[in-house]
Amino acid sequence: MPQLTYLEAIRQGLWEEMERDPSVFLLGEDIGPYGGAFKVTEGMQKKFGEDRVIDTPISESAIVGAAIGAALMGMRPVAEMQFMDFISCGFDQIVNMAAKIHYRWGAPVPIVIRGPSGAGVHGGPYHSQSNEMWFVHTPGLKVVAPATAYDAKGLIKSSIRDNNPVIFYEHKYLYRRIRDEVPAEDYVVPLGKAAVRREGTDIAVITYGAMVWTALEAADLLAQKGISLEIVDLRTLLPYDEQCVLSSVRKCSKVILLHEDTRVGGMAGELAAVIAEKAFEDLDGPIVRVTAPDTPVPFSPPLEEYFLPNVQKLTDAARQLAAY
Amino acid sequence: MKSGNSSRGAVHVPEAGGAEAQLAEQQERARQKDPQLLKDLLEKMLLVRRFEEKCAEMYTLGKIGGFCHLYIGQEAVAVGAITALEPQDAVLCSYREHGHALARSMDPGPVMAELFGKSTGCSKGKGGSMHIFDQSLGFLGGHGIVGGQIPLAAGVAFAAKYLNQPRVTLCFFGEAAVNIGSFHESLNLAQLWKLPVIFIIENNEFGMGTPILKTSSIRNLSEKAGSYEMARAVVDGMDVLSVYDGLSEAVERARKENLPTLIEARTYRFMGHSMSDPAHGTYRTKEELAEHRQRDPIKRYTSTLESLGIINQEYIDDLDSKIREVVGQAVTFADESPDPTAEDLTTNVYLP
Ligand SMILES: Cc1ncc(C[n+]2csc(CCOP(=O)(O)OP(=O)(O)O)c2C)c(N)n1
Repeated sequence: MPQLTYLEAIRQGLWEEMERDPSVFLLGEDIGPYGGAFKVTEGMQKKFGEDRVIDTPISESAIVGAAIGAALMGMRPVAEMQFMDFISCGFDQIVNMAAKIHYRWGAPVPIVIRGPSGAGVHGGPYHSQSNEMWFVHTPGLKVVAPATAYDAKGLIKSSIRDNNPVIFYEHKYLYRRIRDEVPAEDYVVPLGKAAVRREGTDIAVITYGAMVWTALEAADLLAQKGISLEIVDLRTLLPYDEQCVLSSVRKCSKVILLHEDTRVGGMAGELAAVIAEKAFEDLDGPIVRVTAPDTPVPFSPPLEEYFLPNVQKLTDAARQLAAY
Repeated sequence: MKSGNSSRGAVHVPEAGGAEAQLAEQQERARQKDPQLLKDLLEKMLLVRRFEEKCAEMYTLGKIGGFCHLYIGQEAVAVGAITALEPQDAVLCSYREHGHALARSMDPGPVMAELFGKSTGCSKGKGGSMHIFDQSLGFLGGHGIVGGQIPLAAGVAFAAKYLNQPRVTLCFFGEAAVNIGSFHESLNLAQLWKLPVIFIIENNEFGMGTPILKTSSIRNLSEKAGSYEMARAVVDGMDVLSVYDGLSEAVERARKENLPTLIEARTYRFMGHSMSDPAHGTYRTKEELAEHRQRDPIKRYTSTLESLGIINQEYIDDLDSKIREVVGQAVTFADESPDPTAEDLTTNVYLP
């Protein structure tokens, strides 16, 4: 099976959907000849033409709004945010228009808004954020965050075919750093389904995005110390796979919630609540969160290092919890 | 070329003209100015150029990381415009702002240290290249969200008027930023509320990898002022004196009449969009770039001053070595400064 990077897998998913369905088109800043800031859409305008791979002005509100309008007329737009940080400039169209149109009058809004998020490349406060929770807190949207190349392709395809607005968080740190086997043919990964990345018995680690790789690395290290981690990759944050989360918690009786996003109001808080509500009796220890602190993302490489959760921070937390 | 780009709605567009015509125009402007001012402008431009060249070098060495947008080719805009201000005035910029910071007389050391991510950086290493600030000089950043600084500028100008402070606010942004909503909302406010603010479009022809002709429905960007009945001007962004003169008129309008102006400065960026973007290849050819490099604002200006006998080669050499030393000291300062510590991570989020 071909080995693709995470980035190539996304491109292949977009490519195949464009070939499969003429109502799919791409719009965004510098996505044409330039191929996008990270080159995700490289070569696509050449292949599909300027009508279907559209360079837009720097107008996030109009990009999102126009995508919504086109979607109401039966199209399936995929809008790129050059960095997910700038999605804020299209915020109203997303949370007040896209998210509520189906609720208000029943129309489907099959748009995808995708782009790079996350830290680790010294992007500083405006090019590193994990702002997925802005949208996880908005009923009517779906929020997706793949961790593997295989999932990136399968999930982008599912997102495009979904009849709801999907916010698709690609992790920029993973773009060219990971590579796995990606079938060259059509397949989808369903939205709303988590994956158990590694089976374990002592502590369930629930995570998503780039932190899945951190968790897997920590699991290898801890296995040598006799602590067995089970790693759950959420893949979709809204709606999230409650059953999968609860079953891993029940199996291990201890849980660590891990994410790169900041702490207050992060996904871990929601998961902690649902675990406390529904699996309280199964717990043998406190619910533990390993997250970034509540600060903007600093630029300075050593500060960014302190900011980000990493293998060390996770193994420390896991050791403590295992001993509880 | 005649001046007279002040009357509302009428605008003087720098003619394409040949190099000779451009030189003649610059000489004409120079003759009317104090030689010390002329020399200061050269010194500032050269400082920006050498600083940016050093940034590129430090980036390649891995001393600077992340995203770094250089200003090489555009020096005449920041230097000409900011020199037309008074110390009490305010300046806001995009993320391509190292040059503006230096033009506003920021100490190069803390700027370089910020790029290095050191604790002595002007934002203590928390911001990096796109977040240069010095409030004591009225230098209000450094903003990485395209168009994000434009409404702020309206507010800074509003406060000046409200508090009756004699402050003019100058707001820089790239030509691609005229397509974002905040630009239009802010221009309307500025004219409606009669604010002492100058919006300056630095038209370097490309928003990252896309030419402006592909993203703006009109070509003459200053015409956008017409929608708000705002005064406008076009200046030659490769001629520091054209910029200085155009700004001086707008500054006077702001100071005396509390009225905004939209100015388009036609310039060109000689480097890639950022350090990770090659200077040519995908969206412009090597030849195109080489042709524009002929219009180098520093070269043209040096020739003008030499031709008028204001400076000579010896002066230029001395100035250059002096500036290289200043830039070298900034690098040493940055290099020897300590990294931020883990304790610094949670500071500055809230005021005590
Ligand atoms: C709201 C927003 N959208 C997109 C970007 C990504 N981006 C950064 S610079 C840039 C091009 C801007 O071009 P221009 O305004 O002409 O300024 P220049 O870079 O040429 O100085 C883009 C698209 C951003 N920073 N903010």
